[in-house]
Amino acid sequence: MPGKTKVLERKPLSIAERTYLPQIVTGLKTTLSNLFGKTVTREYPEQPPPIPDGYRGVPTLVKDPNGREKCVSCQLCEFVCPPKAIRITPGLIEEESEDAHVEKGPEEFEINMLRCIYCGLCQEVCPEEAIWLQNIYSVSGYTREEFINNKQTLYELGGTLPDEHLKWDKKKSAEDEGNPHH
Amino acid sequence: MSDNGDQELVEIFVDDQSVKVPPGINAIEAAKFAGKEIPHYCYHPKLSVVGNCRMCLMEMGTPMRDRETGTPIMEEDGSQKIGWIPKPVIGCSTTISPGMHIKTESNLVKDCQEGVMEFLLVNHPLDCPICDQAGECSLQEFAMDYGRGYSRYTERKNVKPKRTRLGPRVTLDDERCILCSRCIRFGQEIAEEDVLGFIDRGSFSTLACHPNHELDHNYSLNTVDICPVGALTSTDFRFKMRVWFLKETPSICTESSVGTNTLVWSREGKIHRITPRRNDAVNDTWMTDSGREYYKRVEAESRLNQFQINGNTADAGAAIQEAARLLDSGRSAIVASGQQSVEEQYLTKMIADHLNAPVYMARHWEKGDGLLLSEDRMPNTRGALLTQLTTKLPQETLSELGEKMNSGEIDTLLVAGENLIDLGISNEQINKANVLFLGTQSNSTSEEANVLLPGLTVFEKNGSFVNLNFILQKFQQAVPGPAGLIPDIMLLGKLLHRLTGNETPTNINSVWEELSSKYPEFTGISFANIPTEGQELDGANYTQLDFPETKSLKFNPVNS
Ligand code: SF4
Ligand code: SF4
Ligand code: SF4
Ligand code: SF4
Ligand code: FES
Repeated sequence: MPGKTKVLERKPLSIAERTYLPQIVTGLKTTLSNLFGKTVTREYPEQPPPIPDGYRGVPTLVKDPNGREKCVSCQLCEFVCPPKAIRITPGLIEEESEDAHVEKGPEEFEINMLRCIYCGLCQEVCPEEAIWLQNIYSVSGYTREEFINNKQTLYELGGTLPDEHLKWDKKKSAEDEGNPHH
Repeated sequence: MSDNGDQELVEIFVDDQSVKVPPGINAIEAAKFAGKEIPHYCYHPKLSVVGNCRMCLMEMGTPMRDRETGTPIMEEDGSQKIGWIPKPVIGCSTTISPGMHIKTESNLVKDCQEGVMEFLLVNHPLDCPICDQAGECSLQEFAMDYGRGYSRYTERKNVKPKRTRLGPRVTLDDERCILCSRCIRFGQEIAEEDVLGFIDRGSFSTLACHPNHELDHNYSLNTVDICPVGALTSTDFRFKMRVWFLKETPSICTESSVGTNTLVWSREGKIHRITPRRNDAVNDTWMTDSGREYYKRVEAESRLNQFQINGNTADAGAAIQEAARLLDSGRSAIVASGQQSVEEQYLTKMIADHLNAPVYMARHWEKGDGLLLSEDRMPNTRGALLTQLTTKLPQETLSELGEKMNSGEIDTLLVAGENLIDLGISNEQINKANVLFLGTQSNSTSEEANVLLPGLTVFEKNGSFVNLNFILQKFQQAVPGPAGLIPDIMLLGKLLHRLTGNETPTNINSVWEELSSKYPEFTGISFANIPTEGQELDGANYTQLDFPETKSLKFNPVNS
């Protein structure tokens, strides 16, 4: 065999070392200090994490405080969505409806959560503040279809958000009162 | 530019840049030659000039001359002095003159544009999210390009009627109207149905239809096209799809022999609307309302989308083979059609020649409207003449064919889309004969057909038509056809191959190689080099034929 081999002589263990006790005590000290100290982990999923402001979770559709669906199916979000996760079928609001003055609303609205990358561009582009990425972050399912949120699901997830502008209510009252003519 | 040489052009200066432009045009058109845009709303190249929107304000000056002697007044540097008009002028009604100077970008012009935009937007609703015009709206575009970018208006906006039904196909939103009067002038000058007008005054001016009238003529949707904003919208297209998703494909309307140039707007294989495409030699910027409905045939219930042999679904190969077997009876005839493209007519002619089969064509003549709907409701009758598929004009009925069927001289028919029942052939005669039907829509003939060869609509294939002025125009595939169908050219080419055993052209380029080598009228043409505005062919050989067309927008009959 080439090279040099040096044989080291193994030192015999002391009594303390042979009983392992000091080592166990040191270990237990660490364990006990963590057991009674501040908790640093979370009992997920029983204990959900706090969601910070501006968090970008699952995109949802919202209604205004009067229960009117805010989306007018302008399809800007569909256009801006980078992975093409959004699919909208625009529709006409019938003249008999209470919201007839809005004229247009989505007949169907689908967001494919297998495609969505949670970028938030849809929320940013929406001129009606109708689509919001809220705090749902965990999506699961057994089939691909389950990941496609349709209009009904989107409104269930979205709920109601406060609205500062109430643009369409103002529009309606202007229509009712009119501007003096002649 | 004009073919007549440069001497006709006049030199003008747009923002100090010298350009040569044809005489007699206005400053808006002239600025385009310099690559400059003068924003405008009320001006439309095919309508009279009214100058009511003031968006086209610009500065203008002409070379100065001494009033008494007429000698040019010179600057110190030797150039002719320009007499600038102290106030801005409107470009739409400024006809250019030699040496004219115009400024489109000066501070004064910018101020004017910002001011006009601000006034236009004062009472304009915040409707873009629900407005069909968004994406192709001049108000949006010019607000971005020439507006001030913010609003100083805090008062309440005027309220006007929304969602007004003007006619069966047009919906009006008065709040969005900018009172340019294009739609009114179109009714007066082009459609000659003067039903629109303004009522009330000042900022309450409102577009309305005359009482007891409707905007229901067959050109009403052109008002939607020329409305620079979303005031006039198409009821059919309303809220269907955003225009920015739509792909535009140049096509040709098959409604009549006028061959109106169109754009087919589709998204992911679905057609959403058809609009006219400007062609000054054919249809200017207009088209009929009825022609816009043709896209509905693609998904119509009557659409044929399966090859069939004796009523049973078959695959394309088997159906073509069976068709060839039946056609080879030695007693076959062909009922061709002016709906077929030039290429398909050529292949049909090849089949007829090989079989020695007589070719019949039926006329579809109706009343024309003197504008863009001609008497001949076939887009390509002249194509059939040029390809020598037929030598005479289509016949009123097919009684001659009927007689030959009775006498047993003919027992097999290849029918291109026609319904024989309407053309004087009886049910019994059809039942007795072998009928091969090639077409897109079912009718009583297709129901009786032994072999059904479903074709593609004009929106699903490439090809060309020859219009009433012998202008060869091509259409292009906008959407894919139904699964399993093949282009008619391929279908006819394969059928010809089955019959002759020879190699036959099955795509549009190889058909054109043969067309251009065989017919003097088509010499030098290939499908790719047919210009989008069409190519005029020599129709001199056909002047003696008694075509049904009377005078229309761009057509003057030779024989009258
Ligand atoms: S968050 Fe981004 S990816 Fe998801 S739907 Fe909105 S735009 Fe599309
Ligand atoms: S951008 Fe907003 S209003 Fe427009 S379709 Fe999307 S959610 Fe609806
Ligand atoms: S007309 Fe133009 S600016 Fe006005 S709402 Fe429609 S898209 Fe917007
Ligand atoms: S409806 Fe349209 S085309 Fe007619 S005046 Fe108003 S803006 Fe002009
Ligand atoms: S385009 Fe000149 S005034 Fe309207």
